[in-house]
Amino acid sequence: MGLDFSEELRKPVTEDEQMETSMLSAKGMHFPWLQKQLETVVTGGKKKKDFAQTTRTCLSFIQDALLKHQWQQAAEYMHSYLQTLEDWDSYKKQAAPEIIWKLGSEILFYHPKSNMETFNTFADRMKNIGVLNYLKISLQHALYLLHHGMLEEANRTLSQAETWRYGEKSSSQEILINLVQAYKGLLEYYAWSKKKMELSKIDEDDYAFTTKSRNMLSQSWKTSVNFCALIKTPGVWDLFVKSYVEMLEFYGDQDGAREVLTNYAYDEKFPSNPNAHIYLYNFLKREKAPRAKLISVLKILYDIVPSHTLMLEFHMLLRKSEKEEHHKLGLAVLFGVLDFAGCTKNITAWTYLAKYLKQILMVNHLSWVQEEWKSRKNWWPTFHFSHFWAKSDWKEDSDLACEKALVAGLLLGKGYRYFRYISKQDHEILRKKIKRMKKSVKKYSITNPVV
Amino acid sequence: MFLVPLEEKEFRERCSQCAAVSWGLTDEGKYYCTSCHNVTEISKEVISTAAIPNTKINAINRGLKKKRKFEKGWDWYVCEGFQYILYHQAEALKTLGVGPELKDEVLHNFWKRYLQKSKQAYCKNPVHTTRRKAKVLEDNLCHSDWASELELLSEADGPLESGTEVQSDFEIPTHFPITKAAQSASVCSGSLDGVEYSERKEKGIVKMTVPRTLAFCYLSLLWQRETITLSDLLRFVEEGHIPYINAFQLFPEEMKLYGRDKGIFAIESWPNYEEIYKSMIEIATFLDLPRFPEVTEGCYLHPNILCMKYLLEVNLPDEMHGLTCQVVKMTGIGEVDFLTFDPIAKMKKTVKYDVQALAVIVVVLKLLFLLDDNLEWSYSDLAEAYNEEHKKDKPWFDFRKWYQIMKKTFDEKKQKWEEARAKYVWKSERPLYHSHIDKPVVYKRREMVVNLQKQFSMLVDPTPVVEKKGPSSFQFNWTEEGTDRTCFHGHSLQGVFIKKGHSLITKNSLYWLSTQKFCKSYCKHVTTYEESNFSLSYQFILNIFSFLLRIKTSVLHEEVSLIEKKLFKKKYSEAKKNSSGSKKVRR
Repeated sequence: MGLDFSEELRKPVTEDEQMETSMLSAKGMHFPWLQKQLETVVTGGKKKKDFAQTTRTCLSFIQDALLKHQWQQAAEYMHSYLQTLEDWDSYKKQAAPEIIWKLGSEILFYHPKSNMETFNTFADRMKNIGVLNYLKISLQHALYLLHHGMLEEANRTLSQAETWRYGEKSSSQEILINLVQAYKGLLEYYAWSKKKMELSKIDEDDYAFTTKSRNMLSQSWKTSVNFCALIKTPGVWDLFVKSYVEMLEFYGDQDGAREVLTNYAYDEKFPSNPNAHIYLYNFLKREKAPRAKLISVLKILYDIVPSHTLMLEFHMLLRKSEKEEHHKLGLAVLFGVLDFAGCTKNITAWTYLAKYLKQILMVNHLSWVQEEWKSRKNWWPTFHFSHFWAKSDWKEDSDLACEKALVAGLLLGKGYRYFRYISKQDHEILRKKIKRMKKSVKKYSITNPVV
Repeated sequence: MFLVPLEEKEFRERCSQCAAVSWGLTDEGKYYCTSCHNVTEISKEVISTAAIPNTKINAINRGLKKKRKFEKGWDWYVCEGFQYILYHQAEALKTLGVGPELKDEVLHNFWKRYLQKSKQAYCKNPVHTTRRKAKVLEDNLCHSDWASELELLSEADGPLESGTEVQSDFEIPTHFPITKAAQSASVCSGSLDGVEYSERKEKGIVKMTVPRTLAFCYLSLLWQRETITLSDLLRFVEEGHIPYINAFQLFPEEMKLYGRDKGIFAIESWPNYEEIYKSMIEIATFLDLPRFPEVTEGCYLHPNILCMKYLLEVNLPDEMHGLTCQVVKMTGIGEVDFLTFDPIAKMKKTVKYDVQALAVIVVVLKLLFLLDDNLEWSYSDLAEAYNEEHKKDKPWFDFRKWYQIMKKTFDEKKQKWEEARAKYVWKSERPLYHSHIDKPVVYKRREMVVNLQKQFSMLVDPTPVVEKKGPSSFQFNWTEEGTDRTCFHGHSLQGVFIKKGHSLITKNSLYWLSTQKFCKSYCKHVTTYEESNFSLSYQFILNIFSFLLRIKTSVLHEEVSLIEKKLFKKKYSEAKKNSSGSKKVRR
């Protein structure tokens, strides 16, 4: 279930975690066997109470059972682990609810005998043990309800959490409240987008249209308030940002949308996030922004994820540019894409590369090609151009094989096995293409002696 | 949240005192009658832990409750609490088959003596100066002498002590006058003297603690020469046959426990062998007990009998018994004077009978097989070959086979033991709190835990819970049919002996000492056990044997060393002379 976001939140560090991080040396090495010894060090030689010892073993048994998906066994041990809620050690007593919530929700999520009702009862009980866990558990409870398609209940849980306060608003509480609000916003967005769908089906002249659209207007305002606070906090909020921008755009607030996206992509306090740049690029594309602007956005994405599919678009943009350095970068981008195993069969990439290589060599930019090839000549031949690949590419997709053969010929010469294998094939439709290919290789291959 | 309409769930019975049907809820969720204020034992099943605001339920005002006698409970002293625990422990021992004299005479007398020595009763100037008519235990203990105890406690030697005059005779902290103590006691402890008791540090007085109740039990068992060793007693405690953890639950409800009482009566660890053993000597000395009844050859605690028992338990050949008897004789540990506990003697030391018996077995195993990770295996090869050829004869004892079976069985047992410990329920149904302010919170937590436990137990298959084993001094049954475990009791030791003249002598003529040099400083331990210095076979044997007694391996190692010290007295004195003793001793 969606427990993953909790990592982003600041959580009270439990004893174990402290122990583990303390064992992490600068180079990230750690000694698992130290843990046991450290434990005794912590207690300063004083004998631990058996209660502490057995509950600790109990915890490890539960973790073990969870790992092996033995839900029943886990529930059995959980029964006795619940005692830690009554620990006389106040520190441990305070830490217990969170551990129990995490283990318990996991068990109840998967246990075959568990159901919605059990889970809800459990969540409600856990929320009210101590004040520290209310928000976090409410949020995870809501996610569970969402997972089961119970939107209204989830919304109600979130609303309850939103209005909940304890003492002064601490920083950890604040981010949780923001998150609660943002999830509420997300639910509202969902309702909104459903209405939008309905609206698109109604005739504009209809009376119902005006009332409905007015409804939507008021809703969006509420939602934006919900999203705002969270989006300003550093973090990865893709889902929220996307929904927010969609709503802003729908109501014609282009400036607002641009600001949100620009901030999300460029604010240095935020973690590096490829999606932020993708959203911004797509937005700018829709806006028909100038090419230079688009190139600058994709340049950042290129630095983070050189294998992204948008890189082919990036290549085309660079080719169309007037600057020579952009043309050179365009070549590097293509090579970069094909460095990745996931892209080896991307025919567009190969077609682009074949065409562009030929074009570049025709205008005598041999040094550009050599520069890119230098770091790859050791491994590309076996990675892309082995005899095995020649055979299987030809069998699976002869068009791809032809493009690759041209690239192989241009880079490795006409004597290379991949090129030789393909050029020897007899194919009615591709005969002409292969002939042209042979010609190009003969003329432009970088292995040709310099005339 | 799922709220059930209250009408359906409501309690509709007539009040047992005034027959009205008008119920309210107390803070603890129990029903009380709004017309006569009678509180029932029936508590409302709370569906939700969140407070449910409902005008139909009127909580009793807390101020009102405080005045009620029921809430306040009886006046009681800490020593009465211990007396209760001892009483129930003695009862439990009786159900285990121990003779009734233990409870009615021995333990009772020890306890009386303790109260006297610690100046709590049966003496002039007892510590308790607050007089009151106590009838706490009468109802429950009327079948034995124990009932009169309390009267003695409160009425002992009337004329001498009348109120405050004698106070100054006692080391009650001056900044904490008794009148104030009595007052604040109602705040800080349920017992009258809980606060005072936990702060009392009188020199020369052994203060009662919960672990010491077991020392009392063991002293009585020893006096009666019963067939229960200390390790057995502690194992019974762990298995729940004898009240110990949360023993205060057995107190009558009117004996309220909170505040300092928690520190006195609440226990979060199982008893530890060494600790109880020490307290036992301490108490015996404190009570100034005379020499205990003699432990003679016919007694269960005699090493010859215990060795027989443990040979059965660890699945070794019966033939070994002759050898253990020899070792016992040579070392003199079977002598009456050695075995009998005498608290008055200069060396206030008693024997760890169970540990000693197992140590003798270890020594015999070392004599026979050397246990150097070499000889025992080559003997096993011989035995295996012999058994292969003589399938119809009495088989020779095969150490390797024994090791394999014991390893498997003990690993399984240990695993089960650990699982059971992990599932152990420590927390009492009667939660302990620090003060009245704390009480509702603690009770609410308890209720929450119970509710959660209910929820999780519903997820557990109702498959029959492993049938609870009755108490037994044996933990293993090797002769049981239908298991693939070989029973070695009838196996022969022929393979490790050779004939010389008319007698048989062991093939192995070497021996190594578990401890070369004994520690003579004042640190109180005679030797140390560094596992890695010893052969794997020795480690294995110490491990399983000490698990059997639930003691530390080092304790058994120490005992083995002590027996060797007696067995090889000459060698040790030689080694002392020319301090360069070789590790292996030729016999």
